[in-house]
Amino acid sequence: MTAELGQIALILALCLTIAQAVFGLVGAARGWDNWMAVVRPATVGQAGFVVLAFLLLASAFLANDFSVQYVAMNSNSQLPTLYRVAAVWGAHEGSMLLWATILALWSCAVALLSRSLPLAFASRVLAVLGIISAGILLFILLTSNPFIRLVPAPFDGNDLNPLLQDPALAMHPPILYTGYVGFAVAFAFACAAMIEGRLDQAWARWTRPWTTVAWLFLTIGITLGSWWAYYELGWGGWWMWDPVENASFMPWLAGTALIHSLAVTEKRGLFRSWTLLLALFAFSLSLLGTFLVRSGIIVSVHAFASDPLRGVFILGLLALFILGALTLYAWRAGQLRSSAGFELWSRESFLLFNNILLVIAASLILLGTLYPLLLALMKLGTISVGPPYFQLVFLIPVIPLVTLLIVGMHAAWKRARLAPVKRRLVSIALAGVIAAVLLSLTFGGRPRTLVFVGLALAVAAMLSALSVPFDHLRRRVTIPRGVLGMSVAHFGVGLFTLGATVASAYQVERDVSLGMGQSANVAGYDFRLTDLRSVEGPNYAAREADVVITDAGGRVVTVLHPQKRVYRVQQQPMTEAGINVSWRRDLFVALGEDLGNGVWSLRLQYKPLIRYLWLGSLCMALGGLIAATDRRYRIALARERVDTDTVAERA
Amino acid sequence: MRTIVRAACLSLLIIATARAIDTEPPLPDPVQQERYEALIHELRCLQCRSQTLADSEVSLAADLRREVRRLIAEGKTDAEVKSFLTARYGDYVLFRPPLNERTWILWVAPGLMVLVGGLIAWRVVRHRTKLVPSDAEEIDAGDSQS
Amino acid sequence: MKARFLIPALAVAVLFGFFWYALKGGDYDPQLIDSPLIGRPAPDISTVTLADAGRPLTSKQFLGKPFVVNFWGTWCVGCREEHPEFLAIAKETDVPIVGIDWKDDHPAAVAWLGQLGNPYDAVGVDDDGKIAIDWGVYGAPETFLVSAAGEVIHKHVGPMTVEAWRKDFVPRLAPGGGK
Repeated sequence: MTAELGQIALILALCLTIAQAVFGLVGAARGWDNWMAVVRPATVGQAGFVVLAFLLLASAFLANDFSVQYVAMNSNSQLPTLYRVAAVWGAHEGSMLLWATILALWSCAVALLSRSLPLAFASRVLAVLGIISAGILLFILLTSNPFIRLVPAPFDGNDLNPLLQDPALAMHPPILYTGYVGFAVAFAFACAAMIEGRLDQAWARWTRPWTTVAWLFLTIGITLGSWWAYYELGWGGWWMWDPVENASFMPWLAGTALIHSLAVTEKRGLFRSWTLLLALFAFSLSLLGTFLVRSGIIVSVHAFASDPLRGVFILGLLALFILGALTLYAWRAGQLRSSAGFELWSRESFLLFNNILLVIAASLILLGTLYPLLLALMKLGTISVGPPYFQLVFLIPVIPLVTLLIVGMHAAWKRARLAPVKRRLVSIALAGVIAAVLLSLTFGGRPRTLVFVGLALAVAAMLSALSVPFDHLRRRVTIPRGVLGMSVAHFGVGLFTLGATVASAYQVERDVSLGMGQSANVAGYDFRLTDLRSVEGPNYAAREADVVITDAGGRVVTVLHPQKRVYRVQQQPMTEAGINVSWRRDLFVALGEDLGNGVWSLRLQYKPLIRYLWLGSLCMALGGLIAATDRRYRIALARERVDTDTVAERA
Repeated sequence: MRTIVRAACLSLLIIATARAIDTEPPLPDPVQQERYEALIHELRCLQCRSQTLADSEVSLAADLRREVRRLIAEGKTDAEVKSFLTARYGDYVLFRPPLNERTWILWVAPGLMVLVGGLIAWRVVRHRTKLVPSDAEEIDAGDSQS
Repeated sequence: MKARFLIPALAVAVLFGFFWYALKGGDYDPQLIDSPLIGRPAPDISTVTLADAGRPLTSKQFLGKPFVVNFWGTWCVGCREEHPEFLAIAKETDVPIVGIDWKDDHPAAVAWLGQLGNPYDAVGVDDDGKIAIDWGVYGAPETFLVSAAGEVIHKHVGPMTVEAWRKDFVPRLAPGGGK
């Protein structure tokens, strides 16, 4: 019954989303309060049903109900419970249901936390979200139904792909989706504003916290994915510029530009056109990513099993949402002029450059990702655009970006006076250069300009970011959370740059063949293979090695236990690398092949400062969180609560 | 067939990751060895398409690495090694797209975008700077509110 | 509404047009890699036969008339699939079909052909993969058509079928070749 109930729940949810959309748009257009009053309950109701459907699917997994085809394809009775839950989003159908569930939850949040918004506007926002939800639910019901039965039911399931049987990767999709599906809220706010014909500073103030929260989840989601790739995929890489990774990075870049652009619109009513377009493009890029991953037109190990019918449907949804929104934009854009001014040296100026550079970065990645496809379609042959291209091309906008970040943080609105901060900036620049020299000397090797520049910028960015709260403390002024959040996030950018530059420039990787008791030396550390044994896991069997690592002074640093697992059901071999973490470096050992006669091949790596790039990203997310809880949003929230309390009292 | 190859590559991706791929001894000349390592990181494995020749453990990748090593040891330049491979597999094998009549857009785009971006920035700033005298809005001078 | 504000919508529409074409329009297959060998002289084959390691097998033996080269192996599932098709094709045509046993176990290959039938006019071995690399092979089975002039004129990736033979190979044979 569970599967059938799940399907019914989805159908009911679909009906409610349609109500949400229709009542919202018509009610707002006509000013019918009683119609608009339906929208919030409808939203909460559809969210309830979608969540119910999700829980029903999860319960099918937990109960090992292999009569449900999706469960049979992705689970197994030996699968540990945690991964049975994660298997819910392990393949296309379930992950689309997760997509829909997260969208429903965001819509619900908007419904419940938007009482301070004018009713017509809120109704329109929810209506747009309703249209998107309806599209996704239709897609699920018509092409990607996770509740289809498999008759006769198999005795046991196919097991979850072993790659996904990992805590970090299990959490990666929900967090990632919370991020880029969350951009739908900004999209809806933008559409509502265009429908109403009004986009002002108040609109920016409403939109900002929603966007920042979505952005910070996306940041964490991408970070998790990168960290997982590093420790699970065994070759020590953390970003492959794979089309699907790019598909999540482009919305992130657009989202970053958006939150900065919103700042200008909120403060000075400027850049409204930009902000609007960015709000539309952030979510559009998310949808584009969804399309690329599931339509089969791009080859990627990340891609879900493809089906042209699904591809066509998603393309249809994309066309409806994106072209619809852009048409609205074309209609309203002419009305968005403002007469505010700013000097060349001003915060607005810096944020303008910031916007442009981030859009360039996103556009270049989009071009590189789609170019092979476009060439192939025009029968011009097949080419590849891979990491060497992206790495090079990405630096072109990003180096100026980080440079501007260092200075821009200290620029005031409208007319910035750089004289007071000049001395500080010069000392920061100097400190950056000195730090770069010291780091280059520490790590040795050939001096490389790019590495030097990266190091200097990274340290300067961190110092520049720290100087802002430091300044506030010195002047004994309370620091608003918006400013603190900015400082923490920008500090994170510097930290990330430091980790990425050092790890890429100074890492050492060696492939060796070791017999028992033999050792190899990497970056001054001695790796010795001392033992090899068999171990049994819940759903796998493994060969485990002991590798003793001693440092240059002869002291034992650690003993690592890399494993080579074979998962019983899918008969897939998998690596579990052994990693020793410290604040200075990671030491990384992965088992390769049994070469016979007790000799194994191993990959040994030395990765200096690599943790900093994930720590930096998490700092960025933390900064976003701090900024989103700024006083002005909490006041609005509290006012809402007072209103509802008063209403409750009177009732 | 494709699903089988894809499944094989996915599973090999899993094994491959652990790999210590190159069990061959390094080239005697360290400069050549460095060139070899750089090259195999820029070449695509034709079977497991998401991986470089350096990271893939399929036998085709091992054969191709062997060819690359042989060519370098014979004294061929990087360009010659690349054209050996593109003559057989096309430009697809290069992760760094070449510069030719089909791909010039890729290589011109960054500079072009920066130029266009700069132009836009200049126009906007010029316009807004002109508006400053007529813009009566007072912004709190000490305000660093973000 | 100023026209220039429609530019984003138009640009996106064009992009979607490409995607639509990719999904529905032509014969776009993201897995296929274009072969640079088409229209160029066929790479030399110089090896020995599967049955007799002492007997040489070279492409020169077949030049002057159209011939087919098929890369296969006993380890390859698609090759197993296409084998009966090749037997049928061999019956249909006079065009020599040269098999190249790619990175395979020789006795197993001999037994395989013995058990399932041998559609090949000659079978060579490629133990180190060099021939496959020269022909730009990236996944067995792959089948090439070489013209009488010695140029590669067609490549078929994946299991061969009689239908593909008739549709793609036969029309490309010089008049007089094939039945």
